[in-house]
Amino acid sequence: MKLSNKTKVLEQGEMTLAERMYLPAIVGGMATTLKHFFSKPVTIRYPEQTRYLGPVYRGQHILKRDEAGAERCTACGLCAVACPAEAISMVAEERKAGEETMYREEKYAKVYEINMLRCIFCGLCEEACPKEAIFLQHDKMVPVFHQRDEVIWGKDKLVEKMDHRYLRDGWK
Amino acid sequence: MELLNTVFIAKAIIVGVVFAITLGVAAYSTYFERKIAAFMQDRIGPDRAGPFGILQPLADAVKMFMKEDFIPANSNKWLFIAGPCLSMLTALMTSAVVPFGDSVTIGGATFDLQGIDVNIGILWVFGIVSLGVYGIMIGGWASNNKFALLGAIRAASQNISYELAMGMAIITILMITGSLSTKEIVEVQQNGHWNIFYQPLGFIIFIICAFAECNRTPFDLPECETELIGGYHTEYSSMKLGFYLFAEYINMFISGAVMATLYFGGYDYPGVEFVTQQFGSNVASFVGVGALIGKSLGFVFVFMWVRWTIPRFRYDQLMNLGWTGLIPLAMYNVVVTGFGILIGKPFMVSIAGLVLLIAALFVYDQLLVKKKIA
Repeated sequence: MKLSNKTKVLEQGEMTLAERMYLPAIVGGMATTLKHFFSKPVTIRYPEQTRYLGPVYRGQHILKRDEAGAERCTACGLCAVACPAEAISMVAEERKAGEETMYREEKYAKVYEINMLRCIFCGLCEEACPKEAIFLQHDKMVPVFHQRDEVIWGKDKLVEKMDHRYLRDGWK
Repeated sequence: MELLNTVFIAKAIIVGVVFAITLGVAAYSTYFERKIAAFMQDRIGPDRAGPFGILQPLADAVKMFMKEDFIPANSNKWLFIAGPCLSMLTALMTSAVVPFGDSVTIGGATFDLQGIDVNIGILWVFGIVSLGVYGIMIGGWASNNKFALLGAIRAASQNISYELAMGMAIITILMITGSLSTKEIVEVQQNGHWNIFYQPLGFIIFIICAFAECNRTPFDLPECETELIGGYHTEYSSMKLGFYLFAEYINMFISGAVMATLYFGGYDYPGVEFVTQQFGSNVASFVGVGALIGKSLGFVFVFMWVRWTIPRFRYDQLMNLGWTGLIPLAMYNVVVTGFGILIGKPFMVSIAGLVLLIAALFVYDQLLVKKKIA
């Protein structure tokens, strides 16, 4: 039964003389491989060479600071709620007088921890954040860890360094 | 006595150098096989061991030696050990009669750059190549494993089948040269009178048979993971397996050298006379050695090139090609060459023979197709 007009009936006739002699086809095949012999390899030597993965790649987390250098995070906990893997936990603290340069909001995260073994890099924390504080960097992957105590990342590893600001492609 | 000593030392040096070159080429063939495969598949290939990965053969050898050398409990132990030894021995013996260069004169004494110049040179090559089957056969038999035995049987029947066509292809060379000595075959071809021009059909038959004799793709049936687990060397491990694989690469290089000797003028190269006049005959001879090795390496490249281009034959197709394709062709070639020698124009007749053959095949094909339609 014919369901569509896309069917192609393949008819294999007797092989012609040139086909039965094999040699013309072999020479043709060898020309193809020789062409590839001189073409450029497509290999990327991975650990040494990396390719650009695009501006939306979800890599290592970062807690952004604002332009003045104050932490944006206000410890609202929305990222922890959004996290399907329950990898994020935090302890909130009220900002004291004189700490305005350190924290942008009146409440801040005293402890902010991400369990890197639990994290599935879905990026929902980034979407949930109302303060544009947490991002998954597009150009940096979480390095391999070998010990259990390296698994939970605290603020020391997560908060953006002032001398190494994160700027995603496409941001102004 | 003095002369005898000099000759003996000279021969020892030649044998040693040939041995070293053969082993070195075989070792680096494994590296270049992988590199060429990679390039043909748009990859880079091994590049970790040393610059460009040139220490890869060393790494492979170390790996091979470090592996457990296992001998199956129910195998015939001595034959099991003898198998790879025989393979290696026969692979290395063939190069004895290949003339690697013209003679050199050192201190008034003249030496041929050849292991031995026997008057049955080509028969020696054939005898040793035939013996090469024993290495595989004994290995497969001694393993006491039905798959290894099947692989060995495949190898043996394939080699025997293709030896016939190969022998007939060589008969035409002998008819032209009138001698079995490899040295004389090369000397007849000097100054560009290479046999490839007089024997194009013979060369095609010979190179196809050489592929089969070396167990290379498209005739690599003795090794087959899907059907035979591994092939005749299923039960082998460590350096015994290494010897089998190594022997294959040596065979490839040597068969390249034999093809260069028989069809591509051996150590002949364009501009011999110029080099002789400018730098003397010794230098010319050594350049000739380079020419022969270059030609052999060229053939090794062709072997690899073909391997990474085309898939293998089915076993019945392989037998069919050998017995009903190549042997009649070789017979036809013998007749055509004989006719050419009879009327004294071998070059014209060989080309005419090739054209006639293709025309005859074409006409036969046309007739056959018409019959099918009617």
